[in-house]
Amino acid sequence: MMLSSPDLMCREAVELMSDYLEGSLSRRDRRRLEKHLAGCPLCTSYLEQMRLTIAASGSVTPADLEPEVLDDLVELFHRYRESPDDT
Amino acid sequence: MEDLELLAQMLGGDEKAFTELVARYNSTLIRVARYYVGSDASAEDVAQETWIAVIRGVSSFEGRSTFKTWLFHILVNRARSVGSREHRMIAVDPNESSGLAPSRFDQGGMWREPPVPFTDVIENGMVNQRIVQLVREAISLLPEPQQAVVTLRDVEGLSTKEVADLLELSEANARVILHRGRTRVRADVESKMKERET
Repeated sequence: MMLSSPDLMCREAVELMSDYLEGSLSRRDRRRLEKHLAGCPLCTSYLEQMRLTIAASGSVTPADLEPEVLDDLVELFHRYRESPDDT
Repeated sequence: MEDLELLAQMLGGDEKAFTELVARYNSTLIRVARYYVGSDASAEDVAQETWIAVIRGVSSFEGRSTFKTWLFHILVNRARSVGSREHRMIAVDPNESSGLAPSRFDQGGMWREPPVPFTDVIENGMVNQRIVQLVREAISLLPEPQQAVVTLRDVEGLSTKEVADLLELSEANARVILHRGRTRVRADVESKMKERET
């Protein structure tokens, strides 16, 4: 694949993407990455997948609690509420 | 319902409000504790101790941080002291693999094996349950440091600075761990997408 910039390879570009999405790249690296992305549909697709992965992480709901774990905690809730100094 | 409303109801003795908070955060507490302690059982104990501290000390929550940040601080303090009693070394290996095989690139550093497209993952402008489920599984398979950082940053939505402060990492280090974790999660989802296609 032809790149518009000879100074950033795909292998390096993928290493910058998490920081790019965090907004923590230096201005220079951000420019280099954006220049690379403008000429590289594969890295653009990779970046989009990173975005989707992060969006999906934000939609992960907690695993269901095991009933025994919840029962134990409910018992502790009542015990410690009634006698908060109990250890 | 907001965490703080639940906390207020819990203070009034409402068991349901307490169990709702537990349902929201217990799995994250265990995951983060696992970064510090040597076994799942030990992590579960630390999570339970954290809830006891919440029940006994809720009045000390002064609203200077969000409820969840306060909760995670209690957890980390306890997990750290249990971890040090267990003489557990917290390993953050700078050479740990990021999950993207070097063979994906040719000698010139360009894609040899390009990313497999993520298809059918968006519905009505939102990610669908299928990819959410794949991501959930992938996160649970991450090494502990990555699991803790990705869970706090991307699942719970803390800022990278808050994550770094909580886990006593430099921000730069937290970002490196986050990068590796995200890379691995994406690669794991990609390999599942590939399996489906073949």
